[in-house]
Amino acid sequence: MTLIIKYFGMVAEASCKKEEVLEFNNLPVQNLRNDLLKKYPRLATVDFKIAVNQSFVNDNFVLTGSEEVALLPPFAGG
Amino acid sequence: MKDKKIKNSLVEGPITPEKIGTSIAHHQVKTNIGAHDIFLGQVRADEIDGKIVTAIDYSAYDEMANKVFDEIREAAFEKFDLTCGHIYHSKGIVKAGEICLFVFTSSKHRQMAFDATRFITEEIKIKVPVFGKEIFEDDSFQWKTNQ
Repeated sequence: MTLIIKYFGMVAEASCKKEEVLEFNNLPVQNLRNDLLKKYPRLATVDFKIAVNQSFVNDNFVLTGSEEVALLPPFAGG
Repeated sequence: MKDKKIKNSLVEGPITPEKIGTSIAHHQVKTNIGAHDIFLGQVRADEIDGKIVTAIDYSAYDEMANKVFDEIREAAFEKFDLTCGHIYHSKGIVKAGEICLFVFTSSKHRQMAFDATRFITEEIKIKVPVFGKEIFEDDSFQWKTNQ
């Protein structure tokens, strides 16, 4: 299964990436968060929320593949 | 998923006074409107630790931002008796003094338009995934966060 991960704002700065594709099976969002924190230690310094298919989910949500995941830092619109 | 086309509310660069004027003009044919209300967000030249903000570089999660703008507009139409409701937000560089947000509501009477504009503007601040980098005179920057 493939998962598209998108990074925005200060999250993109911390990961030095805007987008990447990961391979996995049945992954809870909490595990993805931990994996990404390991991969990009600078993410630990950024406050971010995770959206799946453009809606916020909690950490128990299980990704089954083909979802679009976004790491979103605090908003600054308006 | 795609039963409804979602409008693009994101505008590249600043929102010009001309765009705002044209938008008002487009509503002159709608003669059931008795009240328009407009909120304009403008980029401030804040001084932070002795450095002046010269511009904000906005970025967005476009698809989600447009989806949320649409949900906010729909919610405003449900809550208030509106004839029209429009939202435009900038992406990219907007210099201090330029407009980055344009909320425009129209109704029969003033109260609904006032209330709807406030509702939409407050919702945008909290819910729309737009990010802003405050750029200083010396090209250094910091990330802006809504309070």
